[in-house]
Amino acid sequence: MQALTSRSGRGWALLAPALLWTVAFFFMPLVIMGAYSLWQRVGMRLVRTVSGSNYEQFLAKSYFLDSLINSLEVTAIVTVVSVLLAYPLAWILAVRVPTRWQHIALILAILPFWTSYVVRSYSWLLVLSEGGIISNFLLDVGITDAPVSFANNRGATVVGFVHFFVMLLTLTIYANLVQLPESYRKAAADLGAGPVRSFIHVILPLTLPGVVVGAFLTFVLCIGDYITPQILGGNRELLLPQTIMLQISRRSDFPMASALAMILMMVISIVYVACARWLKLDRV
Amino acid sequence: MVTPNSRVGVMASSRLFRNFPAISYVVLIYGFIFLPVVVLVLFSFQDSRIPIPPFDGPSLKWYGAILDDRRMMDALFNSVTVGLLSSMVSVVLGFLAAYSLARLNIPGARFFQGLLIAPLTVSYLIIAMGLLITFTELGIPKSLLTVGIGHVVINMPLCFAILYSQMGEHQANVERAARDLGAHDLQVMLLVSVPMLWPALFASFVLSVTFSWDEFIIAFMVSRFDVTLPVEIWSMLRSGLNPKTNAVGSLVFMVSFVVVLLLDVLISRTRRL
Repeated sequence: MQALTSRSGRGWALLAPALLWTVAFFFMPLVIMGAYSLWQRVGMRLVRTVSGSNYEQFLAKSYFLDSLINSLEVTAIVTVVSVLLAYPLAWILAVRVPTRWQHIALILAILPFWTSYVVRSYSWLLVLSEGGIISNFLLDVGITDAPVSFANNRGATVVGFVHFFVMLLTLTIYANLVQLPESYRKAAADLGAGPVRSFIHVILPLTLPGVVVGAFLTFVLCIGDYITPQILGGNRELLLPQTIMLQISRRSDFPMASALAMILMMVISIVYVACARWLKLDRV
Repeated sequence: MVTPNSRVGVMASSRLFRNFPAISYVVLIYGFIFLPVVVLVLFSFQDSRIPIPPFDGPSLKWYGAILDDRRMMDALFNSVTVGLLSSMVSVVLGFLAAYSLARLNIPGARFFQGLLIAPLTVSYLIIAMGLLITFTELGIPKSLLTVGIGHVVINMPLCFAILYSQMGEHQANVERAARDLGAHDLQVMLLVSVPMLWPALFASFVLSVTFSWDEFIIAFMVSRFDVTLPVEIWSMLRSGLNPKTNAVGSLVFMVSFVVVLLLDVLISRTRRL
């Protein structure tokens, strides 16, 4: 008994640093942020009285509410398009490409991962902006007779996001597909299913949980990202992270920014619960 | 007359025909994936001041400009320092916690496990804001130290999760054997567990360095005068399209890619051994 207590005492000592770090620099900041979201900024002063006025403002001002709606729309489009583009690629890599080439094909498929995130969005600017690659190509071919810009709008933001998430989803879906034994497809074929039927009734249901996990990851990373919309999206419509950053940098309104961040967290939690529920239902 | 050779030719071409949709899809997607990177690297060798067609290089002058840029080199140094130190802290704290929860009897281990990986489920933006408000509230000045603290917050859960998942029964048996042979706990941990977990420790360290190296939003919000490389690149973007940005982006890309290739070779070598 003596030995046990001393061992668990040592266990606590080893656990303590990580635990304290997480509490001090993760949970405490969240609590402080939660408190801030209930306070107000009046003039340049912080008024520490509890009220829901920041949240009321969020619902009352279309400026805030629209940015959430924009974020949800862009994220939904990005998630769906990325999955639709990545699945066939992962499928081809896992099933059609000879095994010894798969490794190198995957490394190539995620090559741009190794540029920095900020630079990746910037490089799309080189492609999409006025006088850029596409604009120049259209001029050369003669489709347009003046430089055109494809940057600084929602489409550019979506392209930048999809570029990143196609790589990510190809990896996760590929990892799922290679785990399926080849015999499943052969069995389906032996039982008379054509390639389409065997895909819809056998392969797709088996890989769907993996796709949902990848899609959730896409959703979380996309809806919380500030860089891509800020570089590629222009300032005609703002996404929620941009609105949050504006509250901090332009207005130094920490309480409002905190309230918006809490709302972002709530949205992510709701989607998380929905995905978890669905996955559990699926497994039963 | 069908010669063996032409038969092979017919088979190959019919296979090509059957695979045509798949091949063209792969070409299109890879084109989409590579396009911005190719453009980025190509126009880093641009001679004139704007990195758009027509290409008038090759010239290395923008690479020279980067190497001469004092702020950029400082930012590079800061990034490397923050990356290495914060990853070291992340791995050590993550390892100690994983060892404690996997090996020593802690009541409520599952609960603590949940607490430790919780930061993985929250956007970096929210973590960054929470830290900014907390540091402001406590009067802690923004610096590279606060950036490093933030990077430990995002990387430690990752190290913990990787290391915890690698502490299997096989290692527990070896550790028990070492204890039976008279090693005390510290010796077991340092001389048995650490060497056995070496690949996982190394992997989580490299992963942490990569994440820290590329992390923008936390570094942006909780730093002030000394900044990391992504933040310095970000402030360069204000000048619009600029071959210098291409050059620094291409440099980062090439360095990371070479490191990844080396690691890949290293890992497949050790696997073979």
